[in-house]
Amino acid sequence: MDGIHDLGGKQGFGRVKYPSAPHHETWEPLVRALSAFSIKKHIYNMDEFRHAIERMAPRHYLTAPYYERHLTAVATLLVEKDVVTREELEALVPGAFPLSGPIGPGRLPCPPQSFAIGERVRVKNEFVPGHVRMPAYIRGKSGVVVGVSPPYPYPDASGHSMQAPMEPTYDVRFRSRELWPDSCEDALNHVGVFQSYLEKTEAT
Amino acid sequence: MANESDLPIATAEQRAAALEIVLRRKGEMPGTFVSDFTDHAEEEWITDNGARMVARAWVDPGFRARMLADGKSAAHEMGFEFPEHHRRLVVLENTPDIHNVIVCTLCSCTAYTIIGAAPEWYKDIDYRARVVRESRTVLREMGLDLPPTTEIRVWDTTADHRYLVLPMQPPATIGWPEEKLAKIVTQDAMIGASRLDKLEG
Repeated sequence: MDGIHDLGGKQGFGRVKYPSAPHHETWEPLVRALSAFSIKKHIYNMDEFRHAIERMAPRHYLTAPYYERHLTAVATLLVEKDVVTREELEALVPGAFPLSGPIGPGRLPCPPQSFAIGERVRVKNEFVPGHVRMPAYIRGKSGVVVGVSPPYPYPDASGHSMQAPMEPTYDVRFRSRELWPDSCEDALNHVGVFQSYLEKTEAT
Repeated sequence: MANESDLPIATAEQRAAALEIVLRRKGEMPGTFVSDFTDHAEEEWITDNGARMVARAWVDPGFRARMLADGKSAAHEMGFEFPEHHRRLVVLENTPDIHNVIVCTLCSCTAYTIIGAAPEWYKDIDYRARVVRESRTVLREMGLDLPPTTEIRVWDTTADHRYLVLPMQPPATIGWPEEKLAKIVTQDAMIGASRLDKLEG
């Protein structure tokens, strides 16, 4: 989904707060542990978790601290997976308990294809309603494969409780000038891209 | 679903406590899980792990070659662990002419068992938005002013393999023992927000 989480290359942001000020909120390690438990118990998987964060209301996403986003995703998934009802959850707190927005359809991977290191590839010009690990800044852009990683569950299926076939991911190198012509600094941008997001270019 | 209520939002602390109650009552979460998990994370998943790998790579060319070929095997060799979904660790070697920097634009993925929990600035929306598009300026604002001749390579952690930057050894530390070298390797250097090479001995 073209959600608020997909921040890469968005303009207008400011100085990074660096170095980070130390802070010790006791609820943050608690949230980290609760999420780890839920994954360990297979209440949900990492892709469902990431997608639940992506489905947060944009205003809430941008203003919530990192672990509040995690907290919201855990709560949303515990309700969606019928571990607890929304009413039961709200009865436990003296105030509102915002959850993420509803989930849409997932999708299955494309038929297997393979790409070689050094091969020029293009990212498909796709607009996906559900979970996808393709940042918008590479959509429709061409780059060169520089690395291949072992197969992982296809996130667009895995994030929607669908049986997820495994597929490899490719580290694809893009030139910043091809991603944002006339409006960027020179760099080589590498993105881990699932096989189904890629297509052959005419040159090969 | 968002916040459909007219009530003010409960604090994060109150909501986290509610989730703990739910998982204890309905998810069969043992009473000691939170403290056991937190102790394990804070004792085992620390920056020192990656720092020790970097230090060994500086003094042991064989280890360095193995680490560059397969970071995960090299980490296992030193007894470090990975969560199930981190199936590969890609080690990115800095040189005088190449600087690598890591980000996760879609969330905040890191090799947390190797470099420790991600620092706040790495999770900052300003870092995630900007470093892919104006890396040189962002790094300069963070105190790393790279020469114009240095090529910047940005790595976006969008899939489930993880990255680790292998910094250059500061010339002033040549000949130091491995244990002493490990102490100068910082988390920021292993993400690529800083370099160590100007460090004085």
